[in-house]
Amino acid sequence: MAEQSYRDAIKDALREEMRRDERVFILGEEVGVWGGTYAVTRGLYDEFGAKRVRDTPIAESVIVGAAIGAAMGGLRPVAELMTINFSLVAMDQIVNNASKMFYMFGGQFSCPVVIRTPAGWGQLAATHSQSFEAWYASLPGLIVAMPATPRDAKGLLKRALRSNNPVMFIEHARLYNVVGEVPDGDYTIPFGVSEIKRAGRDVTIVSYSRMLHVALAAANKLAQENIEATVIDLRTLRPLDLAPVIESVKQTHRALIVEEDWVTCGMGAEIAARIGKDAFDYLDAPVERLGAIEVPMPYSKPLEALALPEEKHIIARVKEMLT
Amino acid sequence: MATQVAEKIALEITHRALGLSDDQVLEMYWAMLLARRLDERMWILHRPHLVAFHISGIGHEAAQVGAAFALKRGYDYAHPYYRDMATVLTLGMTPRDLMLALFGRQGEPSSNGRQMPSHFGSRALNIVSGSSPVATQIPQAAGIAFAIKYKKTDQVVLTCFGEGSTAEGDFHEGLNWAGIHTLPVIFLCQNNQYAISVPAAKQMAVPNVADRARAYGIPGVIVDGNDVLDVYGAMRDAVARARRGQGATLIEAKTYRPVPHSSDDDDRTYRSRAEVEEWKKRDPILRMQEYLTRVNLLNAQKIVESDARAKQVVDDADEFARNAPYPPAEAALGNVWGQVKS
Ligand SMILES: Cc1ncc(C[n+]2csc(CCOP(=O)(O)OP(=O)(O)O)c2C)c(N)n1
Ligand SMILES: [Mg+2]
Repeated sequence: MAEQSYRDAIKDALREEMRRDERVFILGEEVGVWGGTYAVTRGLYDEFGAKRVRDTPIAESVIVGAAIGAAMGGLRPVAELMTINFSLVAMDQIVNNASKMFYMFGGQFSCPVVIRTPAGWGQLAATHSQSFEAWYASLPGLIVAMPATPRDAKGLLKRALRSNNPVMFIEHARLYNVVGEVPDGDYTIPFGVSEIKRAGRDVTIVSYSRMLHVALAAANKLAQENIEATVIDLRTLRPLDLAPVIESVKQTHRALIVEEDWVTCGMGAEIAARIGKDAFDYLDAPVERLGAIEVPMPYSKPLEALALPEEKHIIARVKEMLT
Repeated sequence: MATQVAEKIALEITHRALGLSDDQVLEMYWAMLLARRLDERMWILHRPHLVAFHISGIGHEAAQVGAAFALKRGYDYAHPYYRDMATVLTLGMTPRDLMLALFGRQGEPSSNGRQMPSHFGSRALNIVSGSSPVATQIPQAAGIAFAIKYKKTDQVVLTCFGEGSTAEGDFHEGLNWAGIHTLPVIFLCQNNQYAISVPAAKQMAVPNVADRARAYGIPGVIVDGNDVLDVYGAMRDAVARARRGQGATLIEAKTYRPVPHSSDDDDRTYRSRAEVEEWKKRDPILRMQEYLTRVNLLNAQKIVESDARAKQVVDDADEFARNAPYPPAEAALGNVWGQVKS
């Protein structure tokens, strides 16, 4: 075990897989000479050269489209999109093509494309601060991973690079400097396995990506007031593993889903519906959801702060649920 | 004979040949200078993180002022991009407006602090606020021009973007649309030769963005983007064409960005200092000063005076915005939906 940042864990996953498999190559805006907007690919250009670390024009549709083509041509492309906001320019390639290729071709062509892109915010305003994981997670045929820790980021990305399915690998701009333990040697983490990060009797908090850390911090504060929360990290949003969530809710009888996305039609809506069905008889309170308020993200600092869910909101909501 | 000589001299004076008065050309210089000084202050404000982010128009002033000067303020439309500070100053936005946006303070004119700085907008001035994904303004500019033609006014639209952004589908779709419908829109590419770290040669296989115009059946014109009068001349012709109903023009202003892409960038990693220094010698403001000195409209003392005046205006705007309150946090909740009138 060694301590590593989320950024370096992702970089190591790319490096190790590129060394292992000649077919893996990276394409995206600024990924080469500059080393990526969030410096994730820094150093890879020097090690692997321009053939395997390709700077592209600013053209997301062809980044993903060409990656799909290259995948069908036998390669294993990693397409980096500068932020998830710009993935919308490539939406047709992702939604109408990558996620359907295998099905529509009767299994003749698989589409092993990995699309890496960060969500996040930080005074970047409405068209730069979005979280579209729920949109992507709604698609059959597309795996959606959204890791919260360096260990999971590395293990899930390595898994993605060995998968025959297209993977939307959603990072978080505010997690890149987060440090955590990463196992030594080669390992992968399977898709569709949630993880219990903390066990407690009073409430089940379900989260993923950056909000997982906020949820854990809130749980620690609640513990000081003798309120014990279970916190579960989903890790992948499709496939979605809710078995540990259902098991936990059967014990705690209360569930809160925490996301950074807007609540309406967010991941929480899906999770709440499934808890409502699979743990109906065990619930002592309605399933609750917490997320961003339903406005485009404003730029000005106090306005942005109002829009985002924070630790204090989780604490307050849990207390409401328990009274 | 004397009048003939006078006319000959006048023709050598480029701005008069372009139909610009001495006052107008000095106004151009002032807009460029003010934009530069304001922009420099914004970099300084970012250093101690008094502001979250800055993206600069330094080096682009000639391209922007030359283009905006050919529009009728508040009548024609502009759909600018993030570097267009000199464009919007020329069109009537004020340094205070721009500083309020930078600080995200109450009273910021485009959105009261909701929109990002450098996403300029003013309904009164017909300046349309853009979104952060690049090139999206291009099809929209074609759409505004479509509405103008539909309503049969003689307005025109100016939209701006970098050369890197011409790789996006939106660029091609927008120009094609403007070509098909013969629309009154001027597409101004401010080619500063880099898209963040990536040089133009890696973005496209043709030497000039203007070459692409042929594919859409519109003229493509190359101008010296560091020469405000060269830009103005091409823009004036393009505007006249558009007003006459002859359709769109693509103008490519060749220029350079002597500063990093944004406050998040370190340009030393992807280009040599020698290259940057070489381009600094062709600085559009220096060139304008040389020209104006040559035609006796400027001298060393006037340069010092106008610098001092610009500093005053910038100080005022900085202080004004710095001391302005933030909007109340609840302002985040407003304006998601327009008023529904029954
Ligand atoms: C759709 C989209 N992709 C990527 C970006 C990130 N981005 C912002 S500016 C920029 C470079 C633009 O280069 P260019 O068009 O040449 O304009 P310049 O900044 O050089 O003036 C990039 C890649 C973006 N804003 N939108
Ligand atoms: Mg450029």
